Amino acid sequence: MTAQQGVPSPLPVDEAPPRPKREIVIEAFIRVAGVSTIIIIILIFAFLLKEGLPAFFKVSITGLLARRWYPIEDMFGLLPLLVGSLLVTVGAVVIAVPLGLTTAVFLGELAPPWLREILKPVIEVLAGIPSIVLGFLGWVVLAPAIQNMGAPTGLTAFTGSLILAYMALPTIISITEDALYAVPKEYRDGSLALGATHWQTIYKVVLPAARSGIVIAIMLGIGRAIGETMAVMLVTGNAANIPSLSDGLYFQPVRTLTATIAAEMGEVASGSLHYNVLFAIGIVLFVITFLINSLATWIIGGNGGRRRGGQI
Amino acid sequence: MDKKIEVNKFDFYYGDFQALIDLNFPIIKNQITALIGPSGCGKSTFLRAINRMNDTISIARADGEILLDGKNVYDQDVDVSELRQRVGMVFQRPNPFPQSVFDNVAYGPRVLGTATKHELPDVVEKSLRGAALWDEVKDKLKSSALDLNPGQQQRMCIARAIAVQPEVILMDEPCSALDPIATLHVEDLMRELSKDYTIVIVTHSMQQAARASDWTGFFWLGKLVEFGGTHELFTNPKQELTEAYITGRQG
Repeated sequence: MTAQQGVPSPLPVDEAPPRPKREIVIEAFIRVAGVSTIIIIILIFAFLLKEGLPAFFKVSITGLLARRWYPIEDMFGLLPLLVGSLLVTVGAVVIAVPLGLTTAVFLGELAPPWLREILKPVIEVLAGIPSIVLGFLGWVVLAPAIQNMGAPTGLTAFTGSLILAYMALPTIISITEDALYAVPKEYRDGSLALGATHWQTIYKVVLPAARSGIVIAIMLGIGRAIGETMAVMLVTGNAANIPSLSDGLYFQPVRTLTATIAAEMGEVASGSLHYNVLFAIGIVLFVITFLINSLATWIIGGNGGRRRGGQI
Repeated sequence: MDKKIEVNKFDFYYGDFQALIDLNFPIIKNQITALIGPSGCGKSTFLRAINRMNDTISIARADGEILLDGKNVYDQDVDVSELRQRVGMVFQRPNPFPQSVFDNVAYGPRVLGTATKHELPDVVEKSLRGAALWDEVKDKLKSSALDLNPGQQQRMCIARAIAVQPEVILMDEPCSALDPIATLHVEDLMRELSKDYTIVIVTHSMQQAARASDWTGFFWLGKLVEFGGTHELFTNPKQELTEAYITGRQG
């Protein structure tokens, strides 16, 4: 390669200057860290499948979908547990989402700045309360109150829903408020300048613009609710039965998928059928969470518009 | 020449700071009034005082009168929402909502209830035609307004403003984010719109004021230094400060 005088010759592509050793080491370290995380996840999943999949063959799908969970007599019907989880989670979502969204709107749009400065940190501290402490509260305060209102027992699906809703609230409020905060002021000005009221502006411009952030907030809240174990175990009564509509659907004891694993794992013989079924429950939980996450991605991605504003 | 707006002894404060000092001038119906002056001279503050967009700032306070058809917009019994319907606004940067073109333009009539669901398509078409944008977007009404180029976005914001049939349109440096061609589009459009609407425009560009307006007010440090016919003000300014500013010696 001949360079003209005065003009620096370009670096040949195949002869890049040797990179400092330090960088090579750092890069290798980062790569190992990243890959090992993925490998660990794959290993966990493989283990889950290895221990859980046999249950689907030994018990059969119809056996797993039966209405009775009675492991001592080899009856592994997951339906009561699924219904229990569903009831408690749906109940929690129904309570937490409207309450969380309205609180976030109040914090982000209506509250005076000084009040927001107090409330926001308080709500974030709430997120840090250990779930078992909330379980205590549910057991000692909520359950007796619910029993006094006329339910046969205070340990019911409704009690679990209330506790879970309370646990999901800080997540939903905090992330929704962040999403509202990220909505550009220009949107609000544009709406107000057209004669829309403050409330119309929030409802028709700010909330839709923050939609993807709000969906993430709700999904994280639900994720926390469906995976929660200890607090729920304390307050739902742990009876693996399917509540009947006639007896007040929500005011009967139930048992969730997670609580079943936690309660029984310590007592099963490793490698037994019961043991395999508990892992199968783990697979079911995994699939449910995966479906919820996919749904969230679909909702966020499905609006056709470019993503802008209200993003986290 | 009817006066659409009359400004009488108008003062405006942000906390202790007086941003506007004793303004007195008329804004003539169906004509274009340009407000010029250096940054921070109060011209945008004045614009936002007319439709009371400054109400959102808690420390802001107004004194004196801005009469819209003889009625002070700061009177106790004025419905701010109705005021803003009558006095529309176009902002410095195009600010389409992250929704479809149709929903953007239909936004005002929907929230104000000025058009039924069946009338909406007509209102949207009329507004987009009024903003000289219909031919460019008639096939993509359902696509996101954020996909339009900045010039189209700004004209869509003008369409959105006229969809609620305002009487006055305030424009706050509407061309500052646009390229020269898009700027010319908007200026032509202003001329067209002034047949039906009274227009007040704040601009940094003296050429734009000279080209596109009938009346010009020159603001300096919160005061209105000079107000008059645009041609008169630019060719034969009465105040020394005005002359210094428009010739570029001051400002």
